[in-house]
Amino acid sequence: MAEAVHVMAWSSTLLIFLPLLAALLVYLVPGRRLGGWICIGVAASLFAPLVLLARELLAHGPLVFAFGGHDAPIGIELAADGLALAMLWLTNVIMLAVHAYTNSWIERDPDFRAVEFRTLVLLMWSGLNGLFLSADLFNLYVMLEIVTLTAVPLVVLSRGGTALRAAMRYLIFALTGSILYLLGVALVYADTGLLAISLLDANTLTGPVAATALAAMTAGLAMKAALFPVHAWLPKAHAVAPSPASALLSALVAKAGAYLVIRLWLGPFAAFDALVLVQGLGAIGVIGILYGSLQALRQPKLKGVIAYSTVAQLGYFLLLLPLATLGAWQGVIYHGLTHGLAKTALFLAAGNLIRATGSDRLEDLGGADRFIGGTLMAIALAGVALAGLPPTGGFIGKWWLIEAALDAGQWWWVIGITAGGLLAAAYVFRVLWFAMHQPDAATPTPDRNRVSLAMVWIPVLLASAAIGLGFTGDLLAPWLAIGAPGFDAGDTP
Amino acid sequence: MSLIYPLTAGVLFAIGLYGILARTELIHRLLGANVMASAVFLYLIVVSTAPEGDPDPVPQAMVLTGIVIAVSLTAFALALLRYFHALSGQRALEDEDDG
Amino acid sequence: MTALYTALPLWVVLTSLVAALVIFALGEKRSRARVIVNLIATVLKVVLVSILLVGVYLGHDFGFRVQLLPGIDFVLHADALTILLSTLSALLWLITTIYAIGYLEDSPNRCRFFGFFSLCVAATMGVAAAGNLFTFFLFYELLTLATWPLVVHRGTTESLRSGALYLAYTLGGGALLLVGIIALQVVGGTTAFVAGGSLPPGSASAGVLSGIFLLLFIGMAVKAAVVPLHSWLPKAMVAPAPVSALLHAVAVVKAGAFGIVRLVQDVFGHDLTAFLGMHHVVAITAGITILYGSIRALGADDLKQRLAWSTVSQVSYIGLGIGIGGHLALVGGLVHLVHQGLMKITLFFCAGNLAETHEIKKVSQMDGAGRRMPWTMAAFTLGALGMIGLPPLAGFITKWYLATGGIETGQYWVVGVLIASTLLNAAYFLPILARAWMREPPAGAASGEALPTLLWPALIAALFAGGAGFLAGMPWSPLYWVEFISELYLR
Repeated sequence: MAEAVHVMAWSSTLLIFLPLLAALLVYLVPGRRLGGWICIGVAASLFAPLVLLARELLAHGPLVFAFGGHDAPIGIELAADGLALAMLWLTNVIMLAVHAYTNSWIERDPDFRAVEFRTLVLLMWSGLNGLFLSADLFNLYVMLEIVTLTAVPLVVLSRGGTALRAAMRYLIFALTGSILYLLGVALVYADTGLLAISLLDANTLTGPVAATALAAMTAGLAMKAALFPVHAWLPKAHAVAPSPASALLSALVAKAGAYLVIRLWLGPFAAFDALVLVQGLGAIGVIGILYGSLQALRQPKLKGVIAYSTVAQLGYFLLLLPLATLGAWQGVIYHGLTHGLAKTALFLAAGNLIRATGSDRLEDLGGADRFIGGTLMAIALAGVALAGLPPTGGFIGKWWLIEAALDAGQWWWVIGITAGGLLAAAYVFRVLWFAMHQPDAATPTPDRNRVSLAMVWIPVLLASAAIGLGFTGDLLAPWLAIGAPGFDAGDTP
Repeated sequence: MSLIYPLTAGVLFAIGLYGILARTELIHRLLGANVMASAVFLYLIVVSTAPEGDPDPVPQAMVLTGIVIAVSLTAFALALLRYFHALSGQRALEDEDDG
Repeated sequence: MTALYTALPLWVVLTSLVAALVIFALGEKRSRARVIVNLIATVLKVVLVSILLVGVYLGHDFGFRVQLLPGIDFVLHADALTILLSTLSALLWLITTIYAIGYLEDSPNRCRFFGFFSLCVAATMGVAAAGNLFTFFLFYELLTLATWPLVVHRGTTESLRSGALYLAYTLGGGALLLVGIIALQVVGGTTAFVAGGSLPPGSASAGVLSGIFLLLFIGMAVKAAVVPLHSWLPKAMVAPAPVSALLHAVAVVKAGAFGIVRLVQDVFGHDLTAFLGMHHVVAITAGITILYGSIRALGADDLKQRLAWSTVSQVSYIGLGIGIGGHLALVGGLVHLVHQGLMKITLFFCAGNLAETHEIKKVSQMDGAGRRMPWTMAAFTLGALGMIGLPPLAGFITKWYLATGGIETGQYWVVGVLIASTLLNAAYFLPILARAWMREPPAGAASGEALPTLLWPALIAALFAGGAGFLAGMPWSPLYWVEFISELYLR
C-alpha cells in the first residue's frame, strides 16, 4: 500500500508539473522544431506514470495523496479513481495526437503562431491534469481558472474580428462561471469549514447554505461546459478557433466542466438527490442533446456542425444524475471517452479539409473522397462512433445507459438517448451526403500538398480508437468501477 | 455590525451580476465581473472572522489566490478589449444573447 | 486444429471483412489486383461455407465467443439456420461479384464500391452466424452502414435522397430493435438463440413481453420491408443493378426476415409467441404485405420498381410461414428464403442486362425483347414463372407448403391470400413475358445479347433457381435442408 501511495505521489506530481515546466521551456527555446519535439516528449513520458497509476488503482482501489505531507483539512489532497484515470488517459492520448498533428501543420504554415500555441496548450494540459486529480474544492477552482485562461487565447489565435468576438463571448461566460463557482466554494467553507472532497459527503453538506452553494457551482460549471441553456458561446468559439485548438476545447475543456458537475453531485453533494431535482437536471440534459443535435443539422459549415455536436453530447453527462447506478456511471464515462477521441478526430479532419479546399462550407465537399479519402474516412468513422452505432465505443456507452435506465424503471430516458443517437446519425450522414455528392463546376479542387500524410492519418487513428473502444467494454469495466460512488451495497468506497 | 458586511457583499454581487448580464459595453461588463469577484472576496473575509481568537487564515488565502486570478483574467480581458476596439471600432458585442 | 475448426464461423465472416480492407487499401487504380482479391475471397468463402455445411450436417459444434460487456458476449455459431442464409449469400456473392465487375467496367469509384460490397457480405454472414441478439444487432447495423454508400454510389441528388430515406427507416428500426434487445436482456438475462426459445419462463408479464416482442419485430420488419415500413425499398432501386440484385433483393431484406425467424423460433420460441398472440401479428402483417406489394407491382412501369414491389410481397412469404406455425408452414417460409433469393436475383440480373445493353428500363419498352436478347429473356422467364408458382418450379413448392401449412393449423385465410397473390403475380409478370416473346421489337431497335460477364451470372442464377424447383426432392436441395431444420425444431 505504501508503494501505491508512492506511485500516486510521483505520478500526480509528474502529471501536473511536467507540462508546466515544458511550457516554460517551449516559450524560451528558439526553434519551432525543437518545441514540437518537447511537446511529443511530454506526452510520451507521461504514459509511464499513467500505466503505473492504472496498475496500482486496480490493485488497491482509489488512491489519495496529501500534497506537501499536510493532510486534510489543512492540506490539499490529490485523488485518483477510475473516472479520474479515464480522463487523464483521454487527455494524454488526445494531447499526443494533437501535438503530432500540429507539428506537421506548423511545418507547412509559417504564419501559425507555434510558440504561443504550444505554450498555451502545455499550460492547459497541466491545468487539466490538475483538475482531474484535485480532491479539494478550492484547488479545483484554481485549476479551472488555469484551463479557462489558456483556453480563451487559443480561440484568438485565428486572427480576425469573428475570432475576437467569439473569444470575448467565451470570456464573459467563463468569467461569470468562475465567480459563481468561487461563491459556491465560499459558501461551502462558511457552512462546514471544509474544502477537502474526502471529508465532504451527504452528512456534512446539507441545508440551505449547501443548497445555494450547489446551485451556484452548478450554474458556474454549466457555463464552462456549455450545458444548455448557457451554451451560446461554444458553437462560435469552437468553430472559429484553429482546428487543433477546437479539438482540445471540445474534447477536453468543455468536458472538464461536465466532469466536475457529476463529481460534485454524486460526491460531496450527494444529499441533494431529491427526485424533482435530479430528474429536472436529467431533462435539461436531454433538451441539450436534442437542441444541440437539431442545430447541428442546420449548420452550413462543417466546424459548426461539429461544435453543436459537442453541445449535444455533453448533455449525456447530466443523465447520470437521475440514473445514479454503476451501469450508468460506466456508460457515461465510456461515452465521454469515445466522444473525446471522435471529436478530436472530427476537428482535425475538418482542419485537413479546410487546408486542402480553403473552404469550410459543406457544399464545397462534393466528391471529396476522391482526393482526400483518408480524411473522409476519419469523419465517417468518428461520426459513426458519435452516433452510437455498433461496433463502436459510443454503442457500448449507449448500451450501458439504456440498460441502466430500463433497470431503474426510468424508461423515459431511453427515448431521449435513442433520439439523440438518431439525430447524431442524421447530422453525421448529412455531412457525408455532401461529401458523396458529385462535385459540380463550382466545387474547389482540393490541394493535396497542403496536407501531409501524418495529418491525414492521425484523425483516422483517433477515429479507429473510438471504434476500438467498442471492443474493450468488458476489459475496461473494472477500472471504470474503481471509486464509483457507493451505488450498490458492497462497492469499494 | 456583523451583518453589514455580508449584506454589502450580497448587494455588490447583485450589482456585478447585473453589470455582466445586462450591460452591453464590454468594459462595463468587465467592471461588473470585477465587482462580483470583490463581493465574493468580501464574503470570504467575513467568513474568516472569528468572534474571539485569531481569524481563520484559510479564507484569506483563498482571497489572495482569487485576487491574483482575477487580476490575470482582467488583464487578459483588457488586452482583448483594446484589440477588439482597435480592429472594429466597437465597444460592445452586437449580438445580445447571453445568460 | 480443432480450435481453428470450431471458430469457422469467424473465418467465414473475416474472409470478406479482410477482403474489404485490402480492397480499400489497394486504391482506385489497381483494378486488376482488386479483381483478383475479390475472386479469391469469394471462392474462399464458398469453400469455407461448404465445409461449415458438411460440419453442421454431421452434427459438429461450432462457436466463437468473446465477452464485450460485463455479462454480454459476442457469439458466433453455426446452426442449420445459419447454413441456410450463409450458403445462399456465399453463392450469390460469387455470382454477383462477377456480374458487378462487368457491370461497373469503366465506372468511377470502383474501389469504394467493391470495398463496401465485401463489407456488406461480411455483415450478412455475421447476421447468419450470430448466436444471440446482441451479436445479431452488431452485424445488422453494420449492414445498414455498409449498404448506404452503395445506394448513393452514383452521387446524384436522387440517389442521395433515396439513401437518406433508407437510413431514416433502417436506423430508426435499428433504434427500436436496440431498445427491445436491451429490454430483453434486462428482463430475461439473455438474448441467446436457442432452438425453441431462450427466454426463461415467467421473466416478465405478458404485457411487457408483448411490448418487447413488438419492438423487436418492428425493428426487423423495417429491413424485411413489411408494410407499412416498406417505402425505402422501391426508392433504393436507384442503386446500380448489382446492388439492387444482391443487397436489396437478397441480403438486406433477408437479414430482416431472418431476424424475424430467429425472434420467433429461437428467442421467444413459437409456443410463447403464440401464447402472447404475437404470431397473429406476424402472420397478418405478412399477409397484408403480400397483397399490397403485388398490387403496387401492377402499377409500376419501371422494371426495377416492379421487381422491388415484387420483393416486398415475396419476402413476406417467409413471415407468413413463421407466423402460421406448424411444421409445413415453417418449411414453406424457410425454404422461400432461398427460393426467393435465387429467383429474384435472376430477375434483377436480367433487368440489369436489359438496361445496360439496350437501355430498356421500362416494361413498356420491352416489346420483342425476347428476340433482341433471347438468353437473358429465357432466364427472366424462368424466374418469373417460378415467382408465379408454376409447378414444379421453386415458387410452387413454397406456396404448396404454405397453403397446406395453413390448412394444417386451421388458418384457411392463408390459402386465400396465396391464391390471390398467385393471380396478382401472374398479372404483373405474364404481360412482360407476352410483350417480350409475342410482340415485334420496335423499328430500328438493335439486337444483341449482353456481355458474357453480365449474361453468364444471370444464366447460372436461373439454373440454380430452376434446380431448386426441379431437383427439390434430391438431397442437398434447399427443401431438403429446410426439412432438416424443421426436424430440429420439432424435437
